[in-house]
Amino acid sequence: MLLTVHDLAVARGGVPVLEGVSFALGPGEALILRGPNGSGKTTLLRTVAGLQPPLAGRIEAAPDAIAYAAHADGLKATLTVAENLTFWARIFGTGDIAPALAAFDLEDLADRPAGALSAGQKRRLGLARLLVTGRPVWALDEPTVSLDVASVGLFAEAVRRHLGQGGAALIATHIDLGLEARVFDVTHLKARPRASAEDEAFL
Amino acid sequence: MIALLSRDLALAVRAGGGFGLGLAFFLIVTVLVPFGVGPDTELLSRIAPGILWVGALLACLLSLDRIFALDWEDGSLDLLATAPLPLEALVSLKALAHWITTGLPLVLAAPVLGVLMSLPPEGYLWIVASLAVGTPALSVIGTFGAALTVGIKRGGLLLSLLVLPLYVPTLIFGAEVARRGAEGLATATPLALLGGVTCGTIALLPFASAAVLRINLR
Repeated sequence: MLLTVHDLAVARGGVPVLEGVSFALGPGEALILRGPNGSGKTTLLRTVAGLQPPLAGRIEAAPDAIAYAAHADGLKATLTVAENLTFWARIFGTGDIAPALAAFDLEDLADRPAGALSAGQKRRLGLARLLVTGRPVWALDEPTVSLDVASVGLFAEAVRRHLGQGGAALIATHIDLGLEARVFDVTHLKARPRASAEDEAFL
Repeated sequence: MIALLSRDLALAVRAGGGFGLGLAFFLIVTVLVPFGVGPDTELLSRIAPGILWVGALLACLLSLDRIFALDWEDGSLDLLATAPLPLEALVSLKALAHWITTGLPLVLAAPVLGVLMSLPPEGYLWIVASLAVGTPALSVIGTFGAALTVGIKRGGLLLSLLVLPLYVPTLIFGAEVARRGAEGLATATPLALLGGVTCGTIALLPFASAAVLRINLR
């Protein structure tokens, strides 16, 4: 198993949003997270990515196994597309950005400053970053926002190739990506309001 | 790690990066002082070390809120926090990049501005030496302040209020080195204390900065 989550409870701003979350992801598997707005998908992904500690339960994954992508793409407007991607490739210690540029059809834009890209092009660049992380588990929060139909196709193809290479993906999305994936609905895992909300320690 | 440093330096020198802002501010403050206190050369040369130090400190303060705010806004901070780079290394590199783009130019510009302030000839070496030893502490302490206030809208003022009191030891010892140097007195003791403050902050504060950043990212 690349990622196993046992009986996880997560909180946002000190308020528990989900509890009893359990799932496992093996090589080649994708899991689609579904649930209405505010149901805790983002919080769950941030917890799995290690950006915040879980309230309860545990997450088992190899260290440095998870690549996280959120609503913000982390692009620098004054750097070119190639420079942005090269930066992340060097941070993650992988070399070649050419396959990532090709996978998201960004080759023609490589020398353009990221600030001059359209919203959809920025998103494609943000997703291309996943390919240069070289990490097996992708935790993606609404990856298809502002993508057109063709780009959604490119993205689905990239995920399929990643799964084919033994990777795994955990994707929160509202649209059908055309992937063969299990669907994990978080709606029924909504945390019960606690009588006395535990006072989260400052540290 | 080199990648992060070279990216921050590249961002600083490109459009809107703010490189030179601190330097220009330092220049203007130091030029304004003789207008304020009058053309009394003797008085100016006596207050020159202190004015140069206060000017450098304020110039350093000016660019602190950019250290993390920009990375926070565009989401890179979240992504960097999940990258293989430890947060302690991240904050150290951010402080180093801030020093290279802000502190180092101040050190190099100080002798030129010393002329405007009629700094005595003996003082030039010591103003440069004291700034070179002291400004790294300003960047490291400032990075801690920036980590504390990351995510707060318009946190710049709060950042200044948090950071300025922490700058006091560096200012006292730094200005003392420069003053004693200008008057031809022994500078070893304040210089050692200034170096001690700098080494102490470099050794300890990155851990504190990384800890508060972790909390602020939740």
